[in-house]
Amino acid sequence: MATFLLKRLGLMVLTLFILSLIVFLAGQVLPGDPGRAILGNLASQSAVQSLDHTLGVDRPLITQYLSWIGGLLHGNLGESYTYQSPVAPFIGAALINSLKLAALAFVIVVPLSILGGVIAALYNGRSVDRIISVTGASLSTVPEFVSGIVLIVVFGVGLKWLPVTASAGAGASVGSQLDHLILPAITLVFVLFGYIARMARVGTIEALNSDYTRTAILKGLPRSTVIRRHVLRNSLLPTITVIATQTGYLIGGLVVVERLFNYQGIGNLIFKAATSKDFHMLEAGILVIGVVYAVATLIADLLLVALNPRLRAEVGQ
Amino acid sequence: MTDIASSPLEPSGTALGPTSVAAIAATARGTPAPWRLLARRPTFIVGTVILLFWIVCAIFGHAIAPYNPLAQQLLATNAAPSGAHWFGTDPLGRDVLSRVITGAGDILIISLLAVILATILGTALGLAMGYLGGAFDLISGRLVEAVLALPSIVIALLFVAAVGPSTTTLTILVGLVFTPLISRTVRAAVLAERQLDYLSAARLLGENRARIMFGEVLPNVVPAILVEFTVRLGYAVFTVATLSFLGLGIQPPTPDWGADIAANYVGLTAGYWWQVLFPALAIASLVIAVILIADSIEQVLAS
Repeated sequence: MATFLLKRLGLMVLTLFILSLIVFLAGQVLPGDPGRAILGNLASQSAVQSLDHTLGVDRPLITQYLSWIGGLLHGNLGESYTYQSPVAPFIGAALINSLKLAALAFVIVVPLSILGGVIAALYNGRSVDRIISVTGASLSTVPEFVSGIVLIVVFGVGLKWLPVTASAGAGASVGSQLDHLILPAITLVFVLFGYIARMARVGTIEALNSDYTRTAILKGLPRSTVIRRHVLRNSLLPTITVIATQTGYLIGGLVVVERLFNYQGIGNLIFKAATSKDFHMLEAGILVIGVVYAVATLIADLLLVALNPRLRAEVGQ
Repeated sequence: MTDIASSPLEPSGTALGPTSVAAIAATARGTPAPWRLLARRPTFIVGTVILLFWIVCAIFGHAIAPYNPLAQQLLATNAAPSGAHWFGTDPLGRDVLSRVITGAGDILIISLLAVILATILGTALGLAMGYLGGAFDLISGRLVEAVLALPSIVIALLFVAAVGPSTTTLTILVGLVFTPLISRTVRAAVLAERQLDYLSAARLLGENRARIMFGEVLPNVVPAILVEFTVRLGYAVFTVATLSFLGLGIQPPTPDWGADIAANYVGLTAGYWWQVLFPALAIASLVIAVILIADSIEQVLAS
């Protein structure tokens, strides 16, 4: 188990290292001259040079990368050009907001999509299955801003049931905050439902076709017991991994949903940083997203090993 | 149903399977029988009809559109749908129907070019990773993982911030972002092929690596690439529309669904729903059409 954990951690660090290289290249090398990119074509050459010097981008690339990554490892995420202050507090606050939204979306989507997938599998090939599968696939391919707008038009503008922005304002009660988060969370649910339901469906079908299920049926166990004790326990394992990998995807969705509903989360933050060319904020935000995703994947792997005795035995050797 | 479709995926054994007239005819002439199966699937037909509709709009949009999509009528701004303007007008008095029709062009071209780029690069990379294996596979595998650790929208934000928005940037960007996904699928397909006898035979015959890769392996992983291509096309439309919505793609005043929604969705609170709902439905219908086609191809090839 310890070697497995070490190996997984090593891979994670390697992936994050490559990620940091990509982010560094895109944020500090591709723009050519960050000072020029920030100040625009009309700025004088001396102003650009002095800004480049302040940003430290006139140093050799290796020095820049090392000082940047060194700062990150010491918890110094850099300084925002737009706000003229460290980026860490902004990212922390935005991350907490995003986690609230993501948590609500997961609380809704996980039981719903597992139920949908299992039902589809039990009716494999019949119309119930086709309806669930096609609806799920369609919903997950419609961009978030499209389904979000349909939701706003129907529930916000038409029926006036729910608020159309996500921020309840400072000092709002938990209930009011929740009210404001429902539409954006459902928008995320639309995208996630299809993937998780599909995975749950495939897993359940596999378990239904397995020898142990046939044995359970043949020895005369009631259908509900077979499904509960033998099918679901085995079928939901792969679903856990999918749920974890969807966190990465979820953050991409957050950029759009937070933008549409004007919510101050990490997605909106990196969007604003990108459009205002606040490269330090953008790079730090993206790396934080990478870390969140890497940790989620790691947890999923560990969970999978912990829940699956066969994998546990393999890892133990 | 299974009798005809298995031919491209299972080169041997089909002759022993249950037969039908069509199957015999198909094998006899060596035609791609899956097309006939596809044409029988309702989801494929619906998807194709919708996609063809948008392709016609993309090509002949300016001739079909009742108004010039850029013409402003400042006396008829924010007009609700009516006989004169079926989809209403936007805050500048431009006809929404005309903008929806002509907006099909750019998104279709960009998505298609991007996926073609991604398929070529991804196939080459996937073939190399799967067939060469070793250190090359390990290093590119890590690189692919690192890129996939970020949502495509986030990578796009990063690069567009660095080099500035334009349709060329958008096309190349979406192409590059999708390359690792396609390479992963192709690599998996190649690894499955590697086990088969015909490759050892080719090696024993002394064929060189490039010839085995492109001449022997590639034709056999084409079905997997085809499925990947259609699935990715759906996601490319998704991504391009989203990036335009975020202001990183097609720039105003060029008619574009995503950009038009971004420009007008503040009007929702004032009740001008038609300015955003119709472009939104256009995007939804296009993406769903492509996904229905992709799903049908996948099912037919798998059956």
